Amino acid sequence: MAEMWINMGPQHPMTHGLWNLRIKVDGETITDAEPEVGYLHRGIEKLCEDRTYTQIIPITDRLCYGSSLTWSHLYCLTVEDLMGIEVPKRAEYIRVAAIEMQRIASHLMWLAAYGADLGLMAGFIYCMRDREVFIDILQALTGSRITYNFPRIGGVAHDVPSNFDRDALRACTYMERRLKEYEEMFDRSKVFMMRNEDVGVLRRTDAMNLGVTGPPLRGSGVRYDLRKDMPYSVYPEFEFEPATHPDCDCYARYRVRMDEMWQSCRIIRQAVQKMPKGKWRILAPRNAPEGTGVGRVEDPRGEGVMYVVGDGTDKPYRLKIRSPIFVTVSAAPKMLIGYKVADVVAIMGSLDMCIGETDR
Amino acid sequence: MNLYEFCRGLIHWLVDLINNLWYWLGDVLPWWFGDFFDAVGDFAASRGHISVMAIGLEVLIIVIVALINVLNFIWIDRKLSGRIFDFYGPYYVGYRIGGWLQNLADGIKLFVKEIIVPAKADKFGFMLAPIIFVGSSFLALATIPLSPHFGVATNESGHGVSAGVIIAFAFFAIAPFSILIAGWSSNNKYTLIGGMRSAAQMMSYEIPMLLCVASVFLLAGSFSFFGVVDAQHDVWFAIPLFLGFVVFLVCLVAEIEVQPFDLPEAEAELVEGWTTEYCGMRFGLFMMTSYLRGYIGGALVTALFLGGWQGPWFIPDEIWFLIKAYAVFFVIEWARWSLPRVRVDQILDVGWKRLMPLAVLNLMIAVALKTLGWF
Repeated sequence: MAEMWINMGPQHPMTHGLWNLRIKVDGETITDAEPEVGYLHRGIEKLCEDRTYTQIIPITDRLCYGSSLTWSHLYCLTVEDLMGIEVPKRAEYIRVAAIEMQRIASHLMWLAAYGADLGLMAGFIYCMRDREVFIDILQALTGSRITYNFPRIGGVAHDVPSNFDRDALRACTYMERRLKEYEEMFDRSKVFMMRNEDVGVLRRTDAMNLGVTGPPLRGSGVRYDLRKDMPYSVYPEFEFEPATHPDCDCYARYRVRMDEMWQSCRIIRQAVQKMPKGKWRILAPRNAPEGTGVGRVEDPRGEGVMYVVGDGTDKPYRLKIRSPIFVTVSAAPKMLIGYKVADVVAIMGSLDMCIGETDR
Repeated sequence: MNLYEFCRGLIHWLVDLINNLWYWLGDVLPWWFGDFFDAVGDFAASRGHISVMAIGLEVLIIVIVALINVLNFIWIDRKLSGRIFDFYGPYYVGYRIGGWLQNLADGIKLFVKEIIVPAKADKFGFMLAPIIFVGSSFLALATIPLSPHFGVATNESGHGVSAGVIIAFAFFAIAPFSILIAGWSSNNKYTLIGGMRSAAQMMSYEIPMLLCVASVFLLAGSFSFFGVVDAQHDVWFAIPLFLGFVVFLVCLVAEIEVQPFDLPEAEAELVEGWTTEYCGMRFGLFMMTSYLRGYIGGALVTALFLGGWQGPWFIPDEIWFLIKAYAVFFVIEWARWSLPRVRVDQILDVGWKRLMPLAVLNLMIAVALKTLGWF
């Protein structure tokens, strides 16, 4: 059978968004692959140049539908670096608790999509159901469900609601019970292991050379987590262990995300229990000084970087966003070549594509 | 009285009724008309005409019963998947009967949709594929009797077609051919891959499946459904041939293409596989027929391994047969909604390296049992 190119996308059940993966197949075996992104380009970086610093926060929320809180948090970190603002301790703790909840919700959405990709519809429904628990707490905290618009330059929008600590602890207990059930459902399923083990191998050196970050990098056995290696916010005050796995395949990436959910539950518990009293927001100046600010966070999908240039007015001169998935997807040919067409969904699904932040 | 005799009696009664009027008309009309009327009336009352009409009526009854069963199956599938996935399933349409009418509503929706044929498709093949798929599945269905009294395959002597099981499997195995036609003629790369996968899957799963059927033939000493079921009077074949029962069930799941083995229409990677380009009632026919094949599969397992219609006397034979077929379908759907999809090379590995030796081993067990004289 002759080789042919197949467009998987822009609209295809595998893509979870709007991007195109062109693969060259010989029968069922992939011989070449070429990811194409850019279908969802909204010009967010340019939009930001025309708005004041406060007005940009809701725009950065729109970067990723899966974890909008980490991106607005990253933006606030960057601008605080530019303005030289010290954020109150209580605000930092609220931010960390909210971000770790967002991380669990994001990973659960990934697991749901991964289950649907592999044909395990039960996984899809269960994960989406458990995601609701964290979405509900975040809704009580921020007032909305997907795009929260919660962090502010110099703190957070408002204090935690009453009973927040009780709800958060209950949610963590519930989640840990559910995680055990997921591990029974996925890890002990022979068919799931057949689809994941030794599929989409991304070697350690390849991963580092291509600039892959986040769970795909840690799944290749590299212990690189910005929360530990280059701590921001109040992460040094928490006890947790970055999840790594040495196998380099889809199963390793799945395992890393599951372990991260365990670690996030640990962090939420500590953040809620150690939360200090005090102010949760200080007023930030309207105009930023001339200069630059940089922020780096560990997004659920990898390393997010923002770079802002201030020119003394109330609008940024330039805002650069480094998206983790935009870089990670360039490793697709390395992972895909030599595997079958059916493995495309497992391999690309294990990267957790989010097109909003990729195309910006 | 079996179904054929019932239909024959009904047609006979109808023909007699009409012929009374007809002969009277022939009497009152002039003689040249009268001769013509007498000839037509004699033909209508002849043995051959009544037999043909009776068979037609019989087929109609069997198809209607099968279609009602298919509606039940789709409803069970939706409700069961709802229970497994922690939601209710359909319940708005036909609230008092648990949402049973939802299928009819969906069918009406599919009927009124436009049928689109892709511009570059092979029009003839595109049209032919659903016809072969639906037709061959209904033919396979028609050969399966629900009881000694209910089935097309019962003739006047009441013994049935002597090779009924073989005919059923022959019709059952035509479907992948039509899937290949559908995949090729749609002129789409996804459908083409789906069709090729279907062909590969059929080749690797048909052989172990038929080896299991051969072991049943060996023990029963008959090719007909009646002979096979009668041979299970003392013990169901699922007990001595447990290995064959399991292999047959797995092969059947691959053959009717439901979840763990639904590679030809793998939704995540091939969009909808070979049905991608079909829409409207053509797609509806494909979907309905895939459930019909689930019904045929359940009926085949019941007849070959679970003792067919033999059961307690207080339940009618037909109902008892359907209960077993529904139970088999329940197990298939249960696996369908709780297992991920396997990969195409893995499914071929399982077929050739696992099921094939097990099927041969099962055949050897059957030979040993027969040689020892236990059956």
